[in-house]
Amino acid sequence: MPYLGSEDVVKELKKALCNPHIQADRLRYRSVIQRVIRMSKLDQWGQAEVLNFLLRYQPRSEEELFDILNLLDSFLKSSSPGVVMGATKLFLILAKKFPHVQTDVLMQVKGPLLAACSSESRELCFAALCHVRQILHSLPGHFSSHYKKFFCSYSEPHYIKLQKVEVLCELVNDENVQQVLEELRGYCTDVSADFAQAAILAIGGIARTYTDQCMQILTELLGLRQEHITTVVVQTFRDLAWLCPQCTEAVCQALPGCEENIQDSEGKQALIWLLGVHGKRIPNAPYVLEDFIENVKSETFPAVKMELLTAVLRLFLSRPAECQDMLGRLLHYCIEEEKDMAVRDRGLFYYRLLLAGISEAKQILCSPESDPSLRLLEDQAERPVNSWALDFNTLVPVYGKARWATIAKCQGVEHHGPELPNTAAFPTSGSLIPEENKERVQELPDSGALMLIPNHQLTAECFEKTWLSLKVAHQQVFPWQGAVHPDTLQMALQVVNIQTIAMSRAGTQPWKAYLSAQDDTGCLFLTELLLEPANLQMQISVKQSEARTETLKSFISVLETVIGTIGDIKS
Amino acid sequence: MISQFFILSSKGDPLIYKDFRGDSGGRDVAELFYRKLTGLPGDESPVVMHHDDRHFIHIRHSGLYLVATTSENISPFSLLELLSRLATLLGDYCGSLGEATISRNVALVYELLDEVLDYGYVQTTSTEVLRNFIQTEAVVSKPFSLFDLSSVGLFGAETQQSKVAPSSAASRPVLSSRSDQSQKNEVFLDVVERLSVLIASNGSLLKVDVQGEIRLKSFLPSGSEMRIGLTEEFCVGKSELRGYGPGIRVDEVSFHSSVYLDEFESHRILRLQPPQGELTVMRYQLSDDLPSPLPFRLFPSVQWDRGSGRLQVYLKLRCDLPPKSQALNVRLHLPLPRGVVSLSQELSSPEQKAELGEGALHWDLPRVQGGSQLSGLFQMDVPGLPGPPGQGPSASAPLGLAFRPCGNANPHKWVRHLSHSDAYVIRI
Repeated sequence: MPYLGSEDVVKELKKALCNPHIQADRLRYRSVIQRVIRMSKLDQWGQAEVLNFLLRYQPRSEEELFDILNLLDSFLKSSSPGVVMGATKLFLILAKKFPHVQTDVLMQVKGPLLAACSSESRELCFAALCHVRQILHSLPGHFSSHYKKFFCSYSEPHYIKLQKVEVLCELVNDENVQQVLEELRGYCTDVSADFAQAAILAIGGIARTYTDQCMQILTELLGLRQEHITTVVVQTFRDLAWLCPQCTEAVCQALPGCEENIQDSEGKQALIWLLGVHGKRIPNAPYVLEDFIENVKSETFPAVKMELLTAVLRLFLSRPAECQDMLGRLLHYCIEEEKDMAVRDRGLFYYRLLLAGISEAKQILCSPESDPSLRLLEDQAERPVNSWALDFNTLVPVYGKARWATIAKCQGVEHHGPELPNTAAFPTSGSLIPEENKERVQELPDSGALMLIPNHQLTAECFEKTWLSLKVAHQQVFPWQGAVHPDTLQMALQVVNIQTIAMSRAGTQPWKAYLSAQDDTGCLFLTELLLEPANLQMQISVKQSEARTETLKSFISVLETVIGTIGDIKS
Repeated sequence: MISQFFILSSKGDPLIYKDFRGDSGGRDVAELFYRKLTGLPGDESPVVMHHDDRHFIHIRHSGLYLVATTSENISPFSLLELLSRLATLLGDYCGSLGEATISRNVALVYELLDEVLDYGYVQTTSTEVLRNFIQTEAVVSKPFSLFDLSSVGLFGAETQQSKVAPSSAASRPVLSSRSDQSQKNEVFLDVVERLSVLIASNGSLLKVDVQGEIRLKSFLPSGSEMRIGLTEEFCVGKSELRGYGPGIRVDEVSFHSSVYLDEFESHRILRLQPPQGELTVMRYQLSDDLPSPLPFRLFPSVQWDRGSGRLQVYLKLRCDLPPKSQALNVRLHLPLPRGVVSLSQELSSPEQKAELGEGALHWDLPRVQGGSQLSGLFQMDVPGLPGPPGQGPSASAPLGLAFRPCGNANPHKWVRHLSHSDAYVIRI
């Protein structure tokens, strides 16, 4: 056990935090908590432990919450970074219903975090930078005025420079964009190729909002004619042309001449794609592609060859006279002489497509040239603080979400708790259910016999009449914890085409909801959800307008999946 | 909490290995760590690594790797703080932290680890509490004595014996033999500043950042009260004004938890009862608004003749420090394009040195007096390479060393002012 001061205190603390009966005795619980918090004799390790324990506490009223926050305020100013971060995390978790308190706390912790980012200890610096990135996901303007602290210096190790570049990319706003871009431009000519490429990608990221300035910088970089720079710039151009159609013109003007400086697979693919899709605006596109075709025998990367096939065919459809001959040669080579089966198959496919007719080929190959809506979807990625509050001050931000997901999978199911995306509080603007949960809900067992029709509308009176006339076909209890969030539930049910006729407001006891759905044969499923005051079980009663056991079973399983998903999110 | 803790040398040889929980599964965890560290791809951070449901967190200190493993998802800040604190503690007990000192004091280190961590949980890292439990004594390489000083002449002729202590004076073990305590009533106070400066190619100042620390290394018996007075004109924050002049201003200040701040507001005095050993009393930060001019200014001129591939760089370095101080070990690092072949140089004073490192030119100046100006002309052959040179030279220099004593005989106090540059970049 960590050294918490004295045996009695430890005993009391253990009792208070583990025993639900003591938790019910409000006064006693509160006094224990206060005594624990006031223990000033604790050293920084004890304090960090206490703050960790307190994460499990749920204050019962708003005033109790603010009482505790006041007592803990001094910990936020401690000189030990572990204590400060622990206190911040506790504040964020306790105040999950008060976003303005959360923002306040994040303001207060700005100072210590920035100090840690410039600390002598590289490792501390790195951990702090990861947490800064985490915060920027929810509050992008939080560190904008301190952008200078994130400029890289030559002596820093590579991994810190990469993090700083990412941070710079994320904290850009109207006031600092000029200086940040200038700084990033300086990094693009750095001696280290990796770092230069990272800087260019960051500029590409900023280009989605500040397109003109970034396009200018990227075009200048092409003029340097350095291989590692040119390939990344062309890849960035490809992404930008897809997301921001307004820069296509500038991209097309900058492209001629690049092909001499690209040797790697990724760069070539990007260049070929651009020439194929926007070829009609680039005068010498057919000649560049012809060069590639001449050398296709010595081309080592099959991915490049596949891209080449598609691009030449696209260009042929828009500039037939110039490309006919070389398309023929390319197809001949791919079908007759190519050893890689994937490339050969694609060549064959395109050949047969052409045999089927030009208009068919156009229909299939002439896809839209850009998709700006994709950019908007990505921009909406500003996540609420509560989604990552549990991960703050743990190893999760240090690894990054992607790596942590792979680690968690290796570690097995027991550790699943904090790693699931914690979406307990949805943004009040009512946006979509995050992707992960949507997938889970839609992964429903393909019930075969059950197809709920979308846009099924049933009026309240009709529902009531039908409800009263039918008998309960199936009743079930479902384990449940905590309160229900009606909006979440309603949206989730809508995804699977179950309409909500009526739902109690959150927190009313007992909590009830009435749902209806109709399958393609016209059979109605009416459901009542009931949550008892003890809040440990949800009772589901289903009535079916036509007695069919199989469809009933399928419907129950659909409902279970949805409710299971929602229940999982909160635990 | 922590499952294992080990210390590796810079080459990966295990010096210390302590298993707290016995869950290593029979594998050589230290070996695993070192292999993973050296085999890591370039863009992944080595600070926290994962292998086989175990997390490895480490810090590098004085060339050694201090590594802790854990299988739980705990706070990285706490763990890194613990490792730093352990490094300081081991330094306090053994004199300094290094491969040699650790190898000499293995028993002491294990005893310390036993007391600090119990089953992987931190019990205490306070030197007060630990004193009572540690029995082993530290082994030092040679006994230190102030009488050795007479043969040392630093900073010129006038060195009186009691006035100057060599810079290694503070690096002897703090808590060693209890018998000769009478000799050891000394306190070393270091004001260490790290300066981070970025100057653009047109000479304008892009960024300046100073991180300062007041570090105390106390050999006094613990419990004795100490008062440190800062100048009365010390102001915190941009709006505060004290005294009659511009004063000394910092942006933010934070103190160690054991410092009493009651007299700080009125008289700028810090009162504390320091334990033996090293302690960071105060940390401060200052950015964008330095009261004194920057210590170095560089006037470069670059001529590149692409035809013959000859690059000529003329650098004039001006040091703007006050004349009494000097900068030691200044090294200018000028990154060059790849393929630089030969170097010919003309330097303004014989003790300087310049050589071609990997991809860069290093110009070493062992000592630069305040107010002086030094220049160097370098000619290099760069056969046919396109593209301009990258960023300009960056100077790394500890500046302004003066080991000044203050106060009288007993106890001795030594105050030292050290600024060293974290990253001083001047762009051409």
